[in-house]
Amino acid sequence: MKLKGAQILLRALANEGVDTIFGYPGGVVLDIYDEIYKSKFKHILVRHEQGAAHAADGYSRASGKVGVCLVTSGPGATNTVTGIVTAYMDSIPMVVFTGQVTTALIGSDAFQEADITGITRPCTKHNFIVRKVEDLARTVKEAMYIARSGRPGPVLVDLPKDVSQSETEYQESGPLKTPSQNPIYIPDLSALNEALQMIKQAKRPVVMIGGGIILGKASEDLKAFIDKVQIPVTHTLMGIGAFPGTHPLSLGMPGMHGTYYANMAITDCDLLLTIGARFDDRVTGKIDGFAPNAKIIHIDIDAASINKNVLVDLPIVSDCKSALQQLNKMLHQNHFTYPEKERKAWFEQINAWKEYAPLSYCLGNTIKPQQVIEELYRLTNGDAIITTEVGQNQMWAAQFYKFDRPNTFLTSGGLGTMGYGFPAAIGAQIAFPEKTVIDIAGDGSIQMNIQELATAVNYNIPVKICILNNGFLGMVRQWQEIFYDKRYSQTIVEQVPDFVKLAEAYGATGLRATKPDELEAVLKKGLSTPGPVIMDIAVEPEEGVYPMVKPGSPISDMDLGR
Amino acid sequence: MEVKKHTIKLIVHNKPDVLARIAGVFSGRGFNIESISANITREPEVTKIRIVTKGDSSTVTKIQNQLKKLVDVQSVSHVRDSKYGQREMVLMRLKLTDENRDNIMKMIDTCECKIVMKKGDYCVIEATGSVEDIQDLVNRFEPLGIEDLSRSGTVAL
Repeated sequence: MKLKGAQILLRALANEGVDTIFGYPGGVVLDIYDEIYKSKFKHILVRHEQGAAHAADGYSRASGKVGVCLVTSGPGATNTVTGIVTAYMDSIPMVVFTGQVTTALIGSDAFQEADITGITRPCTKHNFIVRKVEDLARTVKEAMYIARSGRPGPVLVDLPKDVSQSETEYQESGPLKTPSQNPIYIPDLSALNEALQMIKQAKRPVVMIGGGIILGKASEDLKAFIDKVQIPVTHTLMGIGAFPGTHPLSLGMPGMHGTYYANMAITDCDLLLTIGARFDDRVTGKIDGFAPNAKIIHIDIDAASINKNVLVDLPIVSDCKSALQQLNKMLHQNHFTYPEKERKAWFEQINAWKEYAPLSYCLGNTIKPQQVIEELYRLTNGDAIITTEVGQNQMWAAQFYKFDRPNTFLTSGGLGTMGYGFPAAIGAQIAFPEKTVIDIAGDGSIQMNIQELATAVNYNIPVKICILNNGFLGMVRQWQEIFYDKRYSQTIVEQVPDFVKLAEAYGATGLRATKPDELEAVLKKGLSTPGPVIMDIAVEPEEGVYPMVKPGSPISDMDLGR
Repeated sequence: MEVKKHTIKLIVHNKPDVLARIAGVFSGRGFNIESISANITREPEVTKIRIVTKGDSSTVTKIQNQLKKLVDVQSVSHVRDSKYGQREMVLMRLKLTDENRDNIMKMIDTCECKIVMKKGDYCVIEATGSVEDIQDLVNRFEPLGIEDLSRSGTVAL
């Protein structure tokens, strides 16, 4: 039987297990939307295409599945670009379908035409333009495969209007013809053996993990490994939740706003085993001062990430799960020993650092933002999915909420996209309707995608937004305080909307706390109120995020803010 | 580390945008293309591309690792002093005047170039050789008046 391109698209997506699409209709995708109307697909109508991309990303990060969004050509497509780059920088599997003008019109500057495959070439893992309806089913299958395989990432598929309108016989696509995408899953055994010998001999070892553990679904394997080798673990921003934050061996996050003890441990260690992390400049600080005394082992699925920023002693190209499973097998087969006296001294040193400078803040007459995060942690028993915007809100959430499970902390780490958190929370809530999902926001960043409040109300998506309202673009203000002699150029947000009234205008619930004694009641009420809620919390305006490593300094050189 | 020229050979799917993707890896990551040549192979779906770039050996490894990630790239290799050599072709258009005509003809003989076209006041010559040979040739003809020239970029097995 002959099917229209639009029908083929939906059938191919269903075959890939897709049942949810975040999107926004338009002229060249009318045929696809007509088929969605007749289908069982759950389509979430966002209010801006950037919201669709972030929601698909949040859906993916929370569920581990490939997020899918659908938008029209031209501005619809270009509006997704920030969302695509956000996913690209954090290796999030996502497929974006964009409408395109009819093939005959491509290149003629037609109405709502944009060269979206050209625009997104450097920020997608791969992209396609489907020129014949016969290629459509196979392209969908390839796009989904490329998005989730190897080091995951976003893929864009451009669909000219005539391709979704014309008909062809639907054929199940055969095996994929992308041999270059076959990722290396089998780690080099001799290299792993060498790694194990180095681990056995190390006197002051540290394990540093990143988002690769979460993407590779290797958290359980990591925990088994750490329980056996008893090495302290530091996690990057993207690795939050990959190893339990409440585990006695957890050192928290390293880097610019990392813990004093994580940064000191990296600086002083004699072995740094890095798994699924890519040595971002926010993690390493000045490269020369990063783990200067250590042999470095780097396990990563992406060969291009190894020796890119930091030169390593033992590179191992492998996905995290295969490598950890193999290491665990080797540990099981062999008698594991380590220099006990030196390791004991190492733990004593780490405990001394923890006692010297724990993450801390002072309570006062105003609500402290860190206090809000700790209160949220307590009230949710640490069992919420937390998304963040970018800036101080993001760093305080990373520091003060303790995450024990993967896929529960959703944040734009690589690109640092303000406006990410709220639509991502919507996506996460769609994946897990029963869970508590909280977007920790600032009064600046929440306004970058505030229009999605209509989406949340529309579908009764009960996302809770907690605004740490300090009246500033806080992180930039903090840099101006430290590096620009307190000249607060354009960081004082003078005109902030009344977020309570704003919530009500959209049909959501708005609550406000201005004094410390109101905080607990407002958060409790906000978390227990059905439907979307904004909790506008007036916090200490000039509170800073500490510790802080100045850009260009080694990570051992920290301002503790006291 | 020593900065020198390196030739990278790519076997790619013959798709319209594959060159743009490859060029994008170079421009987006701050690498440099010195020369590039792309040709069909005996299989119509496969194209062979050679890129000469400049950098130390770690940079060349980084470039190769990034190129390998492209979906349409089948293989990437670093052409080290190939025993078959690396060759280049040049076409030069030379203006012929009463003063230089004899010198040009003499130079063509000495350098074993081939005249592919000759009109009253100009001629077009062709030569192949190693990259160094071709550069040497261009240097020799330069004082005699090159009107235009085109180099193929490196071709290697």
